[in-house]
Amino acid sequence: MNGSGEGAHGVGRWLREAAITGGIAFLLFAPITGVTLSGYTLEGHWQRPLWLAVWVAVGRFLWSWFRARPRPSPALSRLSGAFSLWLDDHRTHLILILLLGAMILPWFIGKYWLNVAILAWIYVLLALGLNIVVGLAGLLDLGFVAFYAVGAYGYALGHQYLGLSFWAALPFGALLAACFGVMLGFPVLRMHGDYLAIVTLGFGEIIRLVINNWMSFTGGPNGVRAPFPSLFGIDFGRRAAPGHVTFHEYFNLPYSNEYRDIFFYFLLLIVVSGMVFLVRRLRRMPLGRNWEALREDEIACRALGIQPVTVKLSAFGLGAMTGGLGGVFFAASQGFVNPTSFTFMESAHILAIVILGGMGSTGGVIAAAVLLTVLPEALRDFAEYRGLLFGCAMVLMMVWRPKGLMGMRRARFRRSGVA
Amino acid sequence: MSFHIFVQQVVNGLVLGSVYGLIAVGYTMVYGIIGMINFAHGDVYMIAAYLTAIFLAALTLLGVQSPPVIILLVLLLTIAVTALYGWSVERIAYRPLRHSTRLAPLISAIGMSLILQNYVRLSQGGRTQGTPTFLDGSVRLFEQGPDQFVQITHAQILIVVMAVLGMGVLWYLMQATAMGRACRAVQQDRIMASLLGVDGDRVISLVFVLGASMAAVAGTLVTFNYGSFDFFIGFVTGIKAFTAAVLGGIGSLPGAMLGGLVLGLSESIFSGLVNTDYKDVFAFSLLVLVLIFRPSGLLGRPEVEKV
Repeated sequence: MNGSGEGAHGVGRWLREAAITGGIAFLLFAPITGVTLSGYTLEGHWQRPLWLAVWVAVGRFLWSWFRARPRPSPALSRLSGAFSLWLDDHRTHLILILLLGAMILPWFIGKYWLNVAILAWIYVLLALGLNIVVGLAGLLDLGFVAFYAVGAYGYALGHQYLGLSFWAALPFGALLAACFGVMLGFPVLRMHGDYLAIVTLGFGEIIRLVINNWMSFTGGPNGVRAPFPSLFGIDFGRRAAPGHVTFHEYFNLPYSNEYRDIFFYFLLLIVVSGMVFLVRRLRRMPLGRNWEALREDEIACRALGIQPVTVKLSAFGLGAMTGGLGGVFFAASQGFVNPTSFTFMESAHILAIVILGGMGSTGGVIAAAVLLTVLPEALRDFAEYRGLLFGCAMVLMMVWRPKGLMGMRRARFRRSGVA
Repeated sequence: MSFHIFVQQVVNGLVLGSVYGLIAVGYTMVYGIIGMINFAHGDVYMIAAYLTAIFLAALTLLGVQSPPVIILLVLLLTIAVTALYGWSVERIAYRPLRHSTRLAPLISAIGMSLILQNYVRLSQGGRTQGTPTFLDGSVRLFEQGPDQFVQITHAQILIVVMAVLGMGVLWYLMQATAMGRACRAVQQDRIMASLLGVDGDRVISLVFVLGASMAAVAGTLVTFNYGSFDFFIGFVTGIKAFTAAVLGGIGSLPGAMLGGLVLGLSESIFSGLVNTDYKDVFAFSLLVLVLIFRPSGLLGRPEVEKV
């Protein structure tokens, strides 16, 4: 649009465009931000739309200026290429160092941050599950929270009605969620891609509404209790139930409820590591390659004899299973579940993690999950703007970097040093 | 269910269906022309509800008293600003992605929906808002006793009349003007239309403006009728209107209206027969079932994928 090096003419044009953009922005912002409804009358805040419009105009001007600059020199891209090669060579070391860091972490942070870290790992687990569906298989699932809810309620209700322990609920919740995923996926995956998004969105809401309204079975908005796991029959409470022994008595330690959080942290770390390993392996197997091939071109895949429904179903089922697993962990860590934890906002949160991390990239998704969980805790004021920032991030990422901040890297062939 | 309750539910269903139909138009036109689900459309409707309340309060403060003048002014102002919102959404979130992957515009649309919801929540507060209802007359039919009647409020009559009028204007625009011809041409074949001198980007912008205007009509009328709303109403109403669009056959204008009426009626009768707690579950299940068994809808044509 803007020719490069036009000098004064270019600047004048940018200024005009910025003024028009600012004017439109003012018209948009004036009624909604300029006045607030209070009762049946209005309160004026006229400075708000003015400032917003000025910022939009400035932003537009800077953007025009930025676009007209000469492209960055190839040195930068060469540098990033060299960095990614270095990363390839030292990948195993890096993973080991990070894993070691994650293992010693619980002894250096307090109780509060330990709980944040547990939540972060749960989100890593969920994001890894959604990443298989959205990132690898290219199926936009907007109701991922449904499987999360099935897992969480599978454990809580399984405990209440069947007396399931956490260890039994882990496979039970995961399988239940996978069944739901396959049941929903089987008819739906034959359809057009966009319809899948809206059907999963509807399904997520159905599950939440049923949980919320089926008072006699799920307790409705009051929720259900979900007990903490035990370690080989050893409880983590202050006092043991009759016939049981508590952790601090067994090991002759003074009582502290930090043990149970550390135990839970390591349990999650093991499961997440297993998941990362599984995804890494799957991506190199024919199944994983089929997922990515289907994402790129379904018609070509059909021509090559790949069964789209079976392949998609495996991704969808695996994603749902991971979601269910995350749900069981969530229920156990909170000790209690109710329907407010499973709104659409939760699905959007997990989706934002996958998109920011770069669809398909395991490392990026883990980094994004940790960042997006820790950041709102660290900056309390920021929490209110969370939804707004997630939305902006989604739009900006799609416009600017559809491949994610870190992007997905494929295994590649390299010339060996000898040849 | 007695006769009176049944007829009352049918009346309510027709009113609800007209609203769904008006919003469904926005989904169906956008899907027909660029093949994407505009998730932010429900939130554009929500913004229209807020704008209505704000303009209504502003006009009352300015001392405008006559109901017809208020209705007309609020409607026109709301349509103007909401159309601008529809245009901006397309310009910011969808136009840069015209040649991107299939998934990108969908994700961008979800992002836009979150932005609009939180933007309204942050500037207007999260609580449920209300407007005074000033159209409170009603007509009673089949009156046979103290509790034996069917009541139709003036606001409900206004909704149905305006929905029919709005659809009529839209139908005229699409069928009888050069602008509508350009829209239909781009819908059939965007590349061919551009070779024949139709500016595709302008037509797409126009479709977003028209869709947002219809959502604005719906938002204004619903606010006049119910008088209460919050920043989250666009979500559920949006999914239901999309259900209506799919039910009628996505891409078809009469289909959107028909789908809206069918959905509104069945939802309303379901509420009367079974219970109201599960009426959203019913609507969403209908969406899933329609997509599974008849994805081309009542009036749509099956989609053929070409290489």
